[in-house]
Amino acid sequence: MNILPSLLIVGVTAICTLITRVAPFLLFGNKNRTIPQAVIYIGEVLPPAVMAALLIYCVKDISCIRYSLWVNEIIGVIITALIHLKWRNTLLSIGVGTVVYMVLIQSAFFS
Amino acid sequence: MSSRAIIKQALLRTIPVMMGYLVLGIAFGLLLQKAGYHWVWALGISLFVFAGSMQFVLVGLLVQQAPLTTVAVTTLLVNSRHLFYGLSFIERFKKMGKRGLYMIFALTDETYALLCAAGEVGSTEDRDNLAWWMALLNQSYWVIGSTLGALLGSYITFNITGIEFAMTALFTVIVVEQWLNSKNHLPSIVGFVCATIALIWLGPAQFLLPALIVTVLMLLIMRNVVEPSR
Repeated sequence: MNILPSLLIVGVTAICTLITRVAPFLLFGNKNRTIPQAVIYIGEVLPPAVMAALLIYCVKDISCIRYSLWVNEIIGVIITALIHLKWRNTLLSIGVGTVVYMVLIQSAFFS
Repeated sequence: MSSRAIIKQALLRTIPVMMGYLVLGIAFGLLLQKAGYHWVWALGISLFVFAGSMQFVLVGLLVQQAPLTTVAVTTLLVNSRHLFYGLSFIERFKKMGKRGLYMIFALTDETYALLCAAGEVGSTEDRDNLAWWMALLNQSYWVIGSTLGALLGSYITFNITGIEFAMTALFTVIVVEQWLNSKNHLPSIVGFVCATIALIWLGPAQFLLPALIVTVLMLLIMRNVVEPSR
């Protein structure tokens, strides 16, 4: 762990998060200003696109060289998604998915 | 309403968020501790960043010591949805003075949902007091959960290898929810495809920033295709 670079990373994250929260008040706080259509469009389509990209970021370290290097992640994601489709309970889906993944990894089930 | 009655209302209404924030907070704390960070980092990050899904991404960025431009662009895009939460509350938060400033900072997905669901609560003053208490309680749950997770991390004796999958599971749930809640699935597909191609092309250490930029550009280019089918 490098303290100064880590502090910078956390600081930039904090400031940029704050910017996204303050921006609507600074940009559109004036009553007479209407919100451009393009902004509304991006606001609707960006979150699902970014979240799908981040799901790929989560599994970025998998590798196709050996099937033991990706099969646990794929099973974990599929089980999490199926449980969520069935019950739509966030904590349940995350809990079961994570436990299944941990059991697969720790028991070296696919290796 | 007396302030006791308001605090009681706020506690009752935030119970579901408490469950979620404590559990996810603990998971975040554990991950950060596992990445080699003292619990003070978990406390500080949850106090000053306070953005659930972004904090999980932040652990990854810290581990790979990502360049600050990647950190900035990723944060702005991951949190871009905040822009649209804020839009619904511009007039209301402005009238709340100093408390309004905190409301702007603390407007998470869950707090936003609670505010939207709050409905009619007596006078405007009561309504704003309740909103403030709910926001404050929600952040307390998150801060307590993440600090606890980081503290527990150093004492856990059983094998927690694989716990990092909690983040993947969280994003899986978010993607499924967004898929179910939108009629148009093109944005999800665009993000998925752009990120996959970028990962294969550029590798795990380099792909995130280009993937996000190309995703935004694609959405802008495809506006005519994406919009009419809504």
